[in-house]
Amino acid sequence: MIEFYLDPDSGVAPYLQIVRQVRQAIRLGMLRKGDQLPTVKEVVASLAINPNTVLKAYKELEHAGLAAGRQGIGTFVTAGSPEPVVEPRAHGALRGELERWIAKARRAGFDDESLDALFRDCLRSARAKEEGIA
Amino acid sequence: MNAVLEAHGLGKRYGRRWALADCDLTIPASRVVGLVGPNGAGKSTLLQLSVGLLTPSSGEVAVLGGTPAAKLGKIGFVAQDAPVYAGMTVADHLRIAAWANDGFDLEGARARVEQLDLPARQRAGRLSGGQRAQLALTLALAKKPKFLLLDEPVASLDPLARREFLQLLMAAVVEDDISVILSSHLIADLERACDYLVVLAGSHVQVAGPIDELVATHHRLTGPRQRGGQPLPSGQELVTESHTDVQSTLVVRHDTPILDPAWTVSVVSLEDLVLAYIARDKDTRGKREAQDPPSTPSARNLKVAS
Repeated sequence: MIEFYLDPDSGVAPYLQIVRQVRQAIRLGMLRKGDQLPTVKEVVASLAINPNTVLKAYKELEHAGLAAGRQGIGTFVTAGSPEPVVEPRAHGALRGELERWIAKARRAGFDDESLDALFRDCLRSARAKEEGIA
Repeated sequence: MNAVLEAHGLGKRYGRRWALADCDLTIPASRVVGLVGPNGAGKSTLLQLSVGLLTPSSGEVAVLGGTPAAKLGKIGFVAQDAPVYAGMTVADHLRIAAWANDGFDLEGARARVEQLDLPARQRAGRLSGGQRAQLALTLALAKKPKFLLLDEPVASLDPLARREFLQLLMAAVVEDDISVILSSHLIADLERACDYLVVLAGSHVQVAGPIDELVATHHRLTGPRQRGGQPLPSGQELVTESHTDVQSTLVVRHDTPILDPAWTVSVVSLEDLVLAYIARDKDTRGKREAQDPPSTPSARNLKVAS
């Protein structure tokens, strides 16, 4: 079971924050096919948010084919996830490398903002290259 | 029955001052409504008229399809600062509420008090602000209301107590399908808990509607300075405008997409949206008073969107 949180300063609509957290949990392998999402009541009672916000998020997840509701039981993660699942072990290794890379970049005098810009730029050109090959 | 509250031309006057005027408002069922506005805008007056604590000076209000007096058994109300009897214990409050209200869920209320760790034998006067608010809400919920009205329930609470109060409230909303209206000036809390907004300012309803819809139909337009008040295209309504020597910034409400390339269109946060309507009210009042003081509020024609 995962637990949601809301960042009021993110500027992202609360329902979308929930959708993203589920997507991310699936991508990171924290949620697998058949896992149950917190019930609407649980989310509402813990975050003190409007029930319609949770319903909207779950509907969106169903629409994206990531989850399905079962009448009177709850909402479950479904198969056919379009998200590439990163294996937790591979995730750990990649994270380690990234942390070392960040430390190196810091020594080279990069601040957070320049790091972020560099990473996004690389991501963009990598994507362009992949699409060019395909 | 689709509306939990319906007001037509509702007003309340104290001497020469209208605390609430020309209020036309329809609030659909199964919503959590945030009632916002500056102090003295008429929020408490509207709530007290709706539960029959005040009688209207003009117009009428129906709740749950009847008069407030006829529907009292189905209405829960927590007045400002969650008033409780200081000398009575928590357990006394439950007993007396059960005696005074038919269908009061005493067992449920006792269970909730225990779950909230409210000391049953403590005198209410010695409870913390947060506990007092929880006790007042517990009493209101045990009446099993269909419609719950809360006047500034969290204004005086610290952030933790505020969160706990809203958790208790929202859990009850899901469980029992209660329609709720709560007044507040803390927009961040409302943004989480509410799905419907009513903005009151200067004794008048400025705007009302589902929050999703309001946020989707209001935008901030930034562009080069507009000279000589050009009219907006049809389907666009100006809420506020401000100008520097080189730039104009408008907040507009619109039904159709904004296509004019001269404008940079950006999202308006809920807080900015509320502030824009409050500013508009201040502005129109300022202009009016400069023209023909003193005005009667009923003569003013403010557009109420619903």
